[in-house]
Parts: sequence; C-alpha cells; structure tokens
Amino acid sequence: MIALQLLLVVAFSPLLLGVINRTKAIVAGRRGQPLLQAYYDILRLLRRGTVLSSTTTIVFLIGPVVAIVVGLAASLMLPLTGRTAPIAFTGDVLVFVYVFALSRFFTTSAALDTGSAFEGMGAAREVTFACLAEPALLLGMVALTRLSHSLSLTRLISVGGAEWRTASAALVLIVASWFIVLLAENSRVPFDDPNTHLELTMIHEVMVLDHSGPAFALVLYGAAVKLFVFTALIAIMITPRVGNAAADAALILAGVLVIGIIIGLVESAMARLRLVRVPQLLITATLISAFAVVLVLK
Amino acid sequence: MTGDLLILRNAQPGRLSDVPLLAMSEFRRQILEGTAEEWRVASLFARESEGQIELMVVMANDGAGQLGLARTRLRGDEFPSLTPDCPQVHLFEREIAEQYGVRPDGHPWLKPVRFQPPLRQGEFAFPQNGPGVTDFFRVEGEEVHEVAVGPVHAGVIEPGHFRFQCHGEMVFHLEIALGYQHRGVERALMGGPGRKTAQYIETTAGDTTIGHMLAYCHAVEALGGVRVPARAQALRGIALELERLANHTGDLGALSGDVAFLPTASYCGRIRGDWLNLTAELCGSRFGRGLVRPGGVLYDMTTAEAARLGDRVESAVHDSADAVGLLWTTPTVTERFENTGTVSADACDQIGMVGVAARACGRAIDVRHDFPSGVYRFAHVPVMTAHYGDVNSRAYVRWLELERSAEFVREQLRSLPDTPVHAEAGALQPDSVVVSLVEGWRGEICHVAVTDGERRLARYKITDPSFHNWFGLALALREGEISDFPLCNKSFNLSYCGHDL
Repeated sequence: MIALQLLLVVAFSPLLLGVINRTKAIVAGRRGQPLLQAYYDILRLLRRGTVLSSTTTIVFLIGPVVAIVVGLAASLMLPLTGRTAPIAFTGDVLVFVYVFALSRFFTTSAALDTGSAFEGMGAAREVTFACLAEPALLLGMVALTRLSHSLSLTRLISVGGAEWRTASAALVLIVASWFIVLLAENSRVPFDDPNTHLELTMIHEVMVLDHSGPAFALVLYGAAVKLFVFTALIAIMITPRVGNAAADAALILAGVLVIGIIIGLVESAMARLRLVRVPQLLITATLISAFAVVLVLK
Repeated sequence: MTGDLLILRNAQPGRLSDVPLLAMSEFRRQILEGTAEEWRVASLFARESEGQIELMVVMANDGAGQLGLARTRLRGDEFPSLTPDCPQVHLFEREIAEQYGVRPDGHPWLKPVRFQPPLRQGEFAFPQNGPGVTDFFRVEGEEVHEVAVGPVHAGVIEPGHFRFQCHGEMVFHLEIALGYQHRGVERALMGGPGRKTAQYIETTAGDTTIGHMLAYCHAVEALGGVRVPARAQALRGIALELERLANHTGDLGALSGDVAFLPTASYCGRIRGDWLNLTAELCGSRFGRGLVRPGGVLYDMTTAEAARLGDRVESAVHDSADAVGLLWTTPTVTERFENTGTVSADACDQIGMVGVAARACGRAIDVRHDFPSGVYRFAHVPVMTAHYGDVNSRAYVRWLELERSAEFVREQLRSLPDTPVHAEAGALQPDSVVVSLVEGWRGEICHVAVTDGERRLARYKITDPSFHNWFGLALALREGEISDFPLCNKSFNLSYCGHDL
C-alpha cells in the first residue's frame, strides 16, 4: 500500500502544476505550455550536469533531497488509497505539520550555504512567512481534533456527511484558512509569483537560484509534491467517500484537480501582495482558523 | 537674467560666436539663478575649442518655450563644481570630467559615468578599470546588508549594476552604475555627417529609433536650411506617436506582469506587437529603422493604406482600453501601484527629471507642447499629468498619453497633406550651433550640434531622457522595499544604451 500510494503521488504531482498553468493560460487568452511540461522539465534537468559554487558544502545538496523526502513522507500520512493512511498513529498530526518545518530548515540552510545576498534574503522571507502560516494550519488541526476526537490525521480529515451537516461553518472556515496556507506554503500568488525571474522579489524561487541539474530537478519535484500534499489535504476534506478504495482515490484526485483550477483562477484574477502585506493575510488565516476552534468549542 | 544667454527656439540655428562667452563666475551665476527660476538644465557638456576646454550649457524655459545657451572657457584642469548648489547637473559634471579629463572641484560624488575612454587625447580623469569597477556608497553597521544586482540580470534586459544598502527589506540607498553599453556614439559622430551617421543615431536607443532620428534630422535640417514638406512632417509625427503607443502599451503590460497580474500582462504583450506592426506598415521595420532621414521620410503611403492604418489604430486602441482598464479596476493592482516608489515634486525639480516620470509628479512639461516643432506646431497633443509621483501615477500618465497619441495618429491619417515626402538636404552652415528637442516616449531627447568652419559636426551632444531620470529611480527606492525595485524600475523603464551612448 505504501508503494502504491508513493507511485500515485510521484506520478500525479507534476500534473497539478500543468493544470494550474493551463488554467492561467486559458484565462489570459493564451494557448499555454503543454499539460505535462513539468514532467519534461524534470526529465531534462535530470539529464543535465550540475554546477556547484565553490562556497557551497554538502548542506547545499542535502536541501533538495530532504525537501522531496519530506514531501513524500508527508504524503504517506494522507489516506489517499485506502480508509487509513499508510503511516498513521496517534499524534501524527504534529509530525505532519512539523516535517515541513524540518524540510524548511534544510532548504533555508542550503540557501544560506551559497553565501548569496539574494538567497539569504529569500531564506529570511521564507522562515518569516512560514512561522506566520504555521498557527493557521495548526489551529485548523485543533478544531478538527475536537470534532473527530482523534489525534490521527487520517481520522481528523476524513470528515463525512455527518460532520458537514453538524459543523459546516467550522469546516468551511478551516478549508478557507488552509487554502490561504496552501497558497503561502507553495509560493503561489498573492504571496509569491511562481513565474517571476526577478531575484529581488522572489521568496521560494530565489532560494534555489544556485541549484542546477539533478539537484534542481529534485527541488522542482519536491515543490510539486508539497503542492500536491497540501491540495490533497483539502481535497480529502471536501470530497465524499463511496467506500470503494479506487473510486475514493479517483474522487480525491478529481478534488485535487478542481482545487488546481481554483488556484489558477485566483492567480489570474489578482495581483501579488506587497511584501509587507503578506503577514497581514497570514494572520487573517490564523484568525479564521481560530474562529473555527471557537465554533467547535461551544 | 536672460541678458547673458543666447536665446533660441527649438531647432533654430544660431552662430557659435553669438553664444556669449562668459567668465566662469558669470557662467555659474547664470545657471544658478536660472535654475532657481523657470529654467532647467537640458544639457551641459564640454568641447575642445582652440586648444581649450569650453563648457556649454543649454537651459530650457518650458513656460516660455525658450532655450538659453552660454559658454565658458576653463583655465587649467579644474573648475568649481555646480552640483552642491544645483543637483541637476551632477551627472553632467561627472560626464565632463570623464570625457575631457577636467575636475569639477567640490563635486560631492565624483566618479565615472560610463567608464569610457576620454574624448580628449591622453587626458584621464579616472583610472581605466572597465565598467562597474569603482567605489560605491556604503552604509556600515551590524544590521545593514548590501545587495548587488547585475550587470547580468535574470531576464533578457540590458546590463546595469545596482547596489543596494538595506536594512532588512528596507532600502537606505541605491546606487546605479552603468556604462556597460558604451559604444562611443558621440565620438563616432564627430566630423560627420557621414555614411554611418543615421545608423548611429537610430541605434542610440533602439526602442527610441524615431525619437532620436527625429531630433537629429531637426538639427541638421535647421543647419542646412531645409524646409521639410508637410506630408513628411505628418508621417514623422505618426511614427513618433506609434513608437510612444507601442512602448507605453508594452510598459503597462510589463508593470502588470511585475505584480503578477496576468490578464493585462498577456494582452498588452500582444497589443504592443500590433502597434509595432503599424510602424512596420509605414516602412517595413517594426522599430522604424530607415523611415526618417534628413529632408523628410523615405516611405510614403496611399490614401487607401492610410485609411486601413487608421482602422487598425482604432482596433488596437480599443483592445488596449480593454486590457489596461483592468489595471484601474482591480483593487489588488491599485494597492500594489499606489504609494510605491514615490518621487516628490521637489525632488523631481531638483534633479531635473523629464518626460513621463516628471509628468507623473505633476510637472506639466512636454516638448510637444512647450517647444513644438514639425507637425506639433499645427496639431496639439494635450499634456497629461498625474500628481503623486508613484508607480500608479507613472502608469496612469502612460495610459492617458496612449489615448491622446492614438487620437493624434487617427487625425493625422485622415488629413495627410498632399505634398512630396522628401526635400533635398543642403550642407550644414559653418560655425553654428543648434539645439533640437523631441518628446520621445520616455521624455525629452536633447541633441546639440556644433559645426566647425568646414561645415562638419565638431561636437554632437546627445542627452537621452534616461540621463536625467536614472537618479530619479534611485530616489524612488529610498525608504522603500527592496522587493519593489523591479516594479519601480519598470515604471521608469529607462534606457541603458541611451544613457551609455
């Protein structure tokens, strides 16, 4: 089951990027890049050579590896291909939230390892915004814990019709808050601009400027997997279950694609925030989650 | 105060001997008193005259449409710097030091402008280390960090080096080092006009081909006593405005792209191509190469072609209105544009900004209105201004100008005069000077031609609007966020090669 789910995540993740890009292209009246462009990019980079700055150490290469491993490990805590996740235990909620902090530690260390002024700036932005996004994610988990009386992610997010009927307000708030976290954690508009190449404005992308070849392929793959994990987290909450494992997986993937289209629409309809406004939006997300907690506590 | 200046109109030739040769103290007084009143410095440059270095200033009085010229001779290799009292000449003085190996004494920040070899044989004011190798302003302190960007950028743009002194995300100071595009245009033009002169002028700034070529043509036509036929003047006006339309549309799209607002960015990219194709209809080149030449234009069009062009202008301006309109109605874009990269009107006056950037600070200066030449003497284009000097103002001025320019082009296409499009150019009159101003899409293009006794160009001074405005970008970033730099930079969209010559 672990192998099956890993295969699903590895095979499916880059497609989500394609869906987002295609949505943006259609809204902008363009034909857009191929749906599978992310796969081509990753394959091309894997065949390329690597250029390493003489100031870098092994830390520089550990960053991308940890990022993709963490992404895949986190994906195994989601019930994608069965009733329970391949990795599930009491308290895995906290592990899920904090493996991403672990990954961030290594990616920002890799960025700082280059000694570049840009990458240092990117790392500073990344950690600042991450610690503001974390409470929003965590408070959402608290509310769900209260609803499901469980500390395991599988039970937590497998909300069914009953919960949606009795606690719909809280669930809607959690989904809204987590969608904002999803955009922030994955450097999407309005937090970051995945298309920009302007080194002074980027957040996530600027940290990986010095990576090239297979290491950069891992960075791209890691980012795709992380985006997939966050999208699937929400998709699992909002899609119904029919009881058949294959049908449930298909429903979740369909949910992921729909969320991908919504991300594409958001990116087509608004400009990026000024950097000083980013914390305000993240605090808003935290407040939304906090209201969800208040609602389930009553 | 105009007593000691030679007053000329735009593209009106004067005898060199009529330009008053003042003592240095008198020369300084003219500039300081002039800039304290209605005048600003359009150009200040040096040239060699009878073995001595002569400074010549061109001041512009926008309200009166007058250009005032004066000159002075240097004794020795130093002269007292004007910059401490008149900041707008700071770059001109650095340029003079670099080109002629003389030192403006008391200049607060004397360093090379383009890292170019001097125009005067064997006189080096600065060590010849190549572009960008120099001292930069530094802020010291535990929490201050320095960010260096360029000359190679993460995009297909021209090379320039930017040095930021930052405190976290806040910029204390930005210093800009250019010169990577220096090709020696002014040196190549000396002794001209020659076979390659037109090519040098057209490529002074490739995106302002028509603007620079027009300034050159006005200058040599004035010196050669040529009367340009009315139809040629109208076609030149159309070409100049099409250049403005293409670049303003491209800039609005790029501004939108820099804030990650996709719809306007995508559509404007396409519409800019439509405008460029209209210029291609005129002459076969999307950038207007080979269209304008001294004496007139090299391409004419039939009435049917003019009508067709008019229709295409109509549809392009309609598409632009749709695409650009989204910028003003999307709150996230407005939030991003407003109060970003503000330059105060005071600062604008002090450093002598011109063009779109100055009009965005509420300064109603526009060569087409203040110093009309060619077709603009008969057909007026209203001056468009905004008031806050921020990115939003600079964007909005572009949009307003885009509408007016399209109107102008349509009107001209409807009523093209029925004359030839070319007149024979004569030889330049000797020992003369002419100042030619053209409102390019960035702002005031100033060409000053000085001829010698053999009717050749002894000195040809080009001042691209970017030369005035680069420092405005540095000021726009003060106390701003470093992440706003690309947006501010795009809102000025200055030329590197027009500055570097």
